[in-house]
Parts: sequence; C-alpha cells; structure tokens
Amino acid sequence: MRLLEYEAKAIFSRYGIPVPRGRVASTPAGARRVAELLRKPVVVKAQVAIAGRGRAGGIKFAATPDEAEAAAASLIGRELKGFKVRRVLVEEQLKIANELFLGVTVDRVAKSYVMLASPVGGVEVEEIASKSPEKIIKLPIDPLLGLRPHKTREIAEMLGYRREKLLSLADLALRLFHVASSYDVELAEANPLAEVAEGTFCAADARMIIDDNALYRHPELEKRRPRAEADLTPREIKASEKGLSYVELDGNIGVIGNGAGLVMATLDLIRLKGGKPANFLDVGGGASAEKINAALNIVLSNPNVKVVFINILGGVTKCDEVATGIVRALQAKPRRRPIIIRLTGTHEAEGIKILQEAGLQVLRTMEDAAQRAVEIAT
Amino acid sequence: MGILVNKETKVIVQGITGTQGSFHTKLMLDYGTKIVAGVTPGKGGTVVHNVPVYDTVNKAQSMHQADASVIFVPAQFAKDAAFEAIDAGIKLLVILTEHIPIRDSMEIMAKAKMEKTIVIGPNSTGIITPGECKLGFMPAHIFKPGVVGIISRSGTLTYEIANQLTARNLGQSTCVGLGGDPIVGLSFVDVMKMFRVDPVTKAVVLIGEIGGDLEERAANYIIEDGFEKPTVAFIAGRTAPPEKRMGHAGAIILGKAGSAESKVEALRAAGVHVADTPAEVADYLVKLPGLKEKSIFNSPQS
Repeated sequence: MRLLEYEAKAIFSRYGIPVPRGRVASTPAGARRVAELLRKPVVVKAQVAIAGRGRAGGIKFAATPDEAEAAAASLIGRELKGFKVRRVLVEEQLKIANELFLGVTVDRVAKSYVMLASPVGGVEVEEIASKSPEKIIKLPIDPLLGLRPHKTREIAEMLGYRREKLLSLADLALRLFHVASSYDVELAEANPLAEVAEGTFCAADARMIIDDNALYRHPELEKRRPRAEADLTPREIKASEKGLSYVELDGNIGVIGNGAGLVMATLDLIRLKGGKPANFLDVGGGASAEKINAALNIVLSNPNVKVVFINILGGVTKCDEVATGIVRALQAKPRRRPIIIRLTGTHEAEGIKILQEAGLQVLRTMEDAAQRAVEIAT
Repeated sequence: MGILVNKETKVIVQGITGTQGSFHTKLMLDYGTKIVAGVTPGKGGTVVHNVPVYDTVNKAQSMHQADASVIFVPAQFAKDAAFEAIDAGIKLLVILTEHIPIRDSMEIMAKAKMEKTIVIGPNSTGIITPGECKLGFMPAHIFKPGVVGIISRSGTLTYEIANQLTARNLGQSTCVGLGGDPIVGLSFVDVMKMFRVDPVTKAVVLIGEIGGDLEERAANYIIEDGFEKPTVAFIAGRTAPPEKRMGHAGAIILGKAGSAESKVEALRAAGVHVADTPAEVADYLVKLPGLKEKSIFNSPQS
C-alpha cells in the first residue's frame, strides 16, 4: 500500500526525522488557514500516490495566504494522471542548500533491505541510477543484525559530509532504517532530502510503500486501507475487499484465472491472437466457490466485457469448487454474455461434470479457449 | 533420480493438521512420498493419514531424522516454523505458504544461509521428481518421469507447460517451483547448477515472469559459465502494462529493469529459445535430437 506524502511524513516525524512544518487540508479555505498559521511563503502539494507529481503540475508555490488558497482551489478536485486530488499538503518553503537522496528498499538478490544514497536528489536521481549507477551508494543490511550505526557514518562520509553534519546525517539514516523495518516497507525514501541553510537536514518529500502482506502487523494502516480509494477504480476496490487480485485494462475480453503467472500468460496469448483483455483477475490459490462467484460478478459488471474467458489449472485449487462457483453465479443472475471455460487439474472430472450438467461447454487447452474468446469478441 | 529429492527422501510436514496440510499430505503419500512425521504445536500425539504428529520439529527429528520439511503453516507463523526446522537441523525446506511478509522472508533466508540450509519458496508450488517424490501442491497426474528439468517462478504456469510436455511424451527429471515472491530461496542459477551435473536432465525449461532480474542472471550464467544443456524459456507478462501490480509484489515493473522485454532479450542473447506461447515450449523440445529416445522411464501416469 502506497502512503500519501503527508502520511509518510507523519511517520518520519514520529521517528525523529525532520520534515517541513505544515498540515494537510481538504478545502481551499483550510489551505489558507495553514498558510496563515505558518506565516511564511508555502508550497501547496497535491496528495496523490503517483511519482512525477511536480512535472504533472501538482506542486504550486504561494507567497501569501491568498495565493495558497488559490493554489489549493486549482488542485483540489482536479485529476492528476488519472487520480483525483482530495487533499493538499501546505508546507513552509525551505531554503535548500543541497539536495540528496536517501532511501531504503528491498534487494531481491541480496535478500535484504538495502540503503540507497546519492549526493544528488530530486528527479535526477533516476537518471543517475541508469547512466552512472556507480554514483549511487548501496549498502545491504543484514536482516538478522540490522543496520549498524557505524555504517551510517560511512554513508555520510561517502556523501561528502564532515563533523556535525556527518553525525546528523548518520543519525537520520539510522532513523530511516528504523522506519523501514518497523513498518515492513517495500520502500521508504526521502527525496529530496534537503540540506537546509542552518546545516541540518529535512525530508522535503517522503514516500513509503508498505508490504501488503504485513499490514496485519499495523492495524492503524489496515484500517486506512479502504481509503486507498484514490488509487483504485470501484471494481478494483470491490475485488480487493473480496481478496481477489484485479487490474482493470481497456479491452473487451474478461479474464479470470488462478495464479498470477498463468493469468499473465493468458493475457499475453489473447494479445498474440489479436484480442484485447478487459482485465487481469487472479483468484489466487485454493479459491472457493464463493470467490469464483465474486470474480465472475466483478468481471461481468464491466460493460465493456463481451466475453469471459475462465482459465483454471487446479493444483491447490479444486476444479469442482471452481465449477460450483461458476454455476452458482450464473444461476443467481443469468447472463447473456458468453463464457469460455478451460478447466483442468485437481478434481477435474468432477468439475467438468458439474459444468456439463449446467449446460456449459468446457475446452481442454488454453490455446483453443483463447482463440474462441478472441473470435467472439471481434 | 533428478535433483534435491528422490524416493528415499524422508519428509516432515509442518502444519499437517490444517485443511491444506492434511489434504495435500494425503496426495503426497498417495504419490509415494516418504512422509515420516507431521508437526503442529498443540496437536502432538495425534495421527493424520497414519502419520504421527508431534508438537515440535525437534521431537519429530529425534524420532525420524527427516531430510526435508514441507511448510504449510499460515503466513503469520511461517517464519517461526522455518526457524524451527532450521534449528532442528533439517537441510531442505519447501515453503508453500503465500503472503509471508517480505521482512520475514529476508530473515528466513539469512538464517538458512548461516546454517547452509536450502530453501525452496516461499509462495512455491513445491518440487517434484516424477515417479519418486512430490513435495507440494502440484496435481501429480500432469507429470511423468523423463529428462526435462523445469525451473519456474509461477505455479500454475508450471502445470500448464508440464502438462503439454507430458502430452507430447516428454517426461520431466525434476520440476522446481522457485516461488512467486520478491524474496525466494533458490534462484534459476542455483537450480541450473544442479541440473548441470545431473546425469538424467538433458534439457532445461525456464518459466519466468516480469519483475526482478532472476531471468537476466540466468542468461548471464549461461554465457559466462558456458551452460551447455539446451534451454527453452517462457516469460509471462509480455503485454502487462508498466507500473501495474500484477498479482503480487514480485511483479512490479519499474522502468526497463525487470520488464519482459529485458528478460526475453537477455535470454535470446544467451542462445535460449524463448517461446511465444506455453504450447511452443513443447513444440521446440520435441524437435531436439535424442531427447525422447533418452526418455528411458515409461512408467504409467498416476
């Protein structure tokens, strides 16, 4: 789950990482009040969970409360890269002497967290990472030992800092690691991490992505989950409530399958045969009849869907459960749209029998089934 | 034969009394897997499908000296289960549990490395040496003994492709499900090294997907170490939209790294045949000279 900037900054602040003074507002009048309280030129920043927000026009500078109100009015309710802006963060403008990058993320190869640091921050850091990756400092962190404080001093030294600044940057790095491990992050970063005039550091922007599988350890974030509304379509929200992995696409062939790899391969095959998938829907392992029922309802609620292709290869998933779910969904609400089913694996014979008794045809290979689905859709 | 497991492998099942644990223990036993004990804390002294259940792995180990453990324990408790097995001296863990937090997996892998324990998974479909031993969920009737080694990041896609190989009379030596998570124990390269020295395996199938760079590393290994066994690959997610999360965190595309394009390019450059459809994997392999003739096992499908 992606946190919004103000949520990530609240966590940073609780862990002792300095962030600019400011508050979130959901109305232009609210933004004006924050600017009045701060008594300083401010930045008004759209709170949407996307990267590249500045380039998309989501960040505005305001010298007065009037300007802050106007900036907020121009942002709230607007769409940025498809996401509706519901809130803005109003913060004091910083006097920045230098911009750095500091982040913690998961390194699949080292099988550990890795701390990433760069003497250049902001939007350029990605360019540096691709053009001269040697300039990015990478420090793998032992999962059993954690981050040793002396390692953070080495990072600060490599970034070119000495004396008090070195100590203060090292301290901040250690705190960022504590945020990362306490919150089970996939990513926690301060970018830019601003060196402000007084020689101290401040997280000018903050990003956090939490590992969804660890949300049970963070009940306060779990509760916030439904509010991830800004990132999702209504059908995607419904799917997530049912524990289905669903991504909406722009085609007309609804796809339901089990296992992310098989569903992706099914989408690829539909494309290869000249069709366009309407969605990715993975019911996961061991799906119950209820889950299949819910999946079918979600896919069919998309008016663009002309035909549904259900591709199930049962291992832990049982074909008879799947068949029962399909039949149940169709009996509850008969559909006029055709459904192509490919079903094989655990309890295959039982599953096929259930479907055939309900008058549904079952194909044996995914190639044939994809071909049929594409023919019907085009 | 095959790699990692065989008909002599003695196995314990952690989480044997759960719904999945019990169901799949039955299927594994039916397949001939030598399951010597089960472990569920608080259920010691009971019996599941004639397999004795213990409260701790240590106790099970002292009675049965198992070689491998299959972990069916729910995600919240899976890390402790893995640590328990490693502490009890078991050298091969197959973790089938999905939704284990990344941080827990990182700790499991660090601990396993320290104790020289091999971990397959988590979020794996398991490992099967057809005709001998199955540790996992896979529907056994799809597989058949033979000479093709399969290494895969995707469970159902493994069944899809193995099914097609079997239908074309191409049996498998061993099929290893690496697991679909961002952090997994074995990599493509780790398993290729085992297939390389396995006399039974004559060709290798790599089943990859978007996200991470395990496939690119496999390509580098082929080039740098001169891996000589014929290899064919299938990569899922070639039409996945960028920056969309396809099913699990293991499949986020960020920039070009980890994209299907990058994987396909790297593998082709290493001389690997990359199939466009799952069916094409078998189409390619049947044309390789000598592959079917060396398929000396012809035991009936179970």
